[in-house]
Amino acid sequence: MSDLRELYQEVIFDHNRSPRNFGKLDDANRTAEGYNPVCGDQVKLYVRVEDGVIKDVSFDGQGCAISTASASIMTEALKGKTEQEAETYFKSFQALVTGEGEADDSLEEMFKLEVLGGVREFPMRVKCATLPWHTINAALENKSDSVTTEK
Amino acid sequence: MSSTEVTAARVSDLSSTYDVEAIRADFPVLRQNVHGKPLVYLDSGASSQKPRTVIDATVYYYEHDHSNVHRGVHTLSQRATDAFENAREKVRGFINAASDKEVIYVRGTTEGINLVARTYGDANLKQDDEIIVSEMEHHANIVPWQMLCERTGAKIQVLHFNDAGELDMHEFDALLSDKTKVLAVTHVSNALGTVNPIKDMTCKAHAAGAVVVVDGAQAVPHMQLDMQDLDCDFYTFSSHKMYGPTGIGILYGKEALLDAMPPYEGGGEMIKKVTFEETTYNDLPHKFEAGTPSIAQTVGLGAAVDYLDAIGLDNIAAHEQDLLEYATACAAKVEGMRIYGTAKHKASLLSFGLDGIHPHDIGTILDFEGVAVRTGHHCAQPVMQHYGVAATTRASFGMYNTRSDVDALFTGIEKVQQTFAR
Repeated sequence: MSDLRELYQEVIFDHNRSPRNFGKLDDANRTAEGYNPVCGDQVKLYVRVEDGVIKDVSFDGQGCAISTASASIMTEALKGKTEQEAETYFKSFQALVTGEGEADDSLEEMFKLEVLGGVREFPMRVKCATLPWHTINAALENKSDSVTTEK
Repeated sequence: MSSTEVTAARVSDLSSTYDVEAIRADFPVLRQNVHGKPLVYLDSGASSQKPRTVIDATVYYYEHDHSNVHRGVHTLSQRATDAFENAREKVRGFINAASDKEVIYVRGTTEGINLVARTYGDANLKQDDEIIVSEMEHHANIVPWQMLCERTGAKIQVLHFNDAGELDMHEFDALLSDKTKVLAVTHVSNALGTVNPIKDMTCKAHAAGAVVVVDGAQAVPHMQLDMQDLDCDFYTFSSHKMYGPTGIGILYGKEALLDAMPPYEGGGEMIKKVTFEETTYNDLPHKFEAGTPSIAQTVGLGAAVDYLDAIGLDNIAAHEQDLLEYATACAAKVEGMRIYGTAKHKASLLSFGLDGIHPHDIGTILDFEGVAVRTGHHCAQPVMQHYGVAATTRASFGMYNTRSDVDALFTGIEKVQQTFAR
């Protein structure tokens, strides 16, 4: 049986209570909004990309502890990474939370993301964790439309 | 006639005769553990569980009587037709419709509303006509009207509610005019529990010349209905929220209106005679029932009606009101808990928020305590917008719930708050 403590690790509560990189980024040159129509959660990602590198990134919106912590940890992990690296992280994170495919442990920030691994035992909550990632992906691809967790 | 009119004195009178344990024993699904804890099912507002008699009736039908309806001359076809039409008659009696012709089988409440919007709406509404839609409607009673407005140029007028979750009757009076063609309103709000004064509203809407379309999905399992007394023009509900099978529901409509309306879908069953030059449509109710219907589900629905009749809707209403009063009293003691929907007339559900804790997290932690609640916007986003929240947590009570289920909910809520206080 999956354990509630695997889902709600202390680190998740910490990021939920005091999310990092929270708030609007005034000099962002890429933004996107993510929306989960199942629960009404919204997240907005602000990114400043220079020469293919994520110089700064922040988020705001409202969501559950899982999505807030996921967004917070993601912004920490991706700051300073190239767009290409961000895509690699996204794929690795998806593998981690869905259990489909292998997460790439060789990525230096992967250990930070692993606190969200417990989500894979809770299929109804996977979308909470992936919403910020889908959203930053859309921002980096410069898609103007808002993204949702539903295809 | 509303469930909330049952007095407290009557509640205590009934507590000796309402055998909730015997009722629970009729629902096989309730006898299980979830995450090692006894299941406490508080999501009947989304879909209720099914008593053994409903399950058995469906199985018996498939094992003995199944064939297509209204088609063949053979014995099974006759039995299937009888079972199908008997269920219709049971529903007619259950809601006190004047005639079987007024009881149309549909897939559920959503299809019922869409049917009225597409047929009555398309035939009768035009540019600048007005449709009054309340702010507390489920999306199923908003979107079909928006689509009708796109097709016809009619306009939606929103009837708002106050912070207690009660419709503003002064605004209603002000909105009604000779432009008003339809009032679309829910009998009981799925997100707030409010019981709306349908009979009064119908009377006023009729005086303005409008027809009244009522979403009865959340009302039908909780209170005795009487279509002739309510006098609304259309009333629609789903079997699966009233202890019957999924995939079947009822659209009640006044015969004269249904008669004058064009059909909804074309196909078999809904016709009398088809040639390539001309087709004549079948009589009511078959005019609106194209194609092979959900036959086994209607049989199950008939069994659900029998079950509800045997227990008695007034008894169920009294029992559920007791649970609501108890749960509301428990909620008042919880710090940081906010109740959405505190209407004077309210069905048995508790929509709430906890300070600093998202409903999704509440729902997941409660699930670990065996407690099933609904979290989200409840397909009523305008209600969420009214209160400025993205989502709420909703515990909805059914005929099989007990005070100890309410206790389990509040023990779970304590656990949620402890978890987040770390």
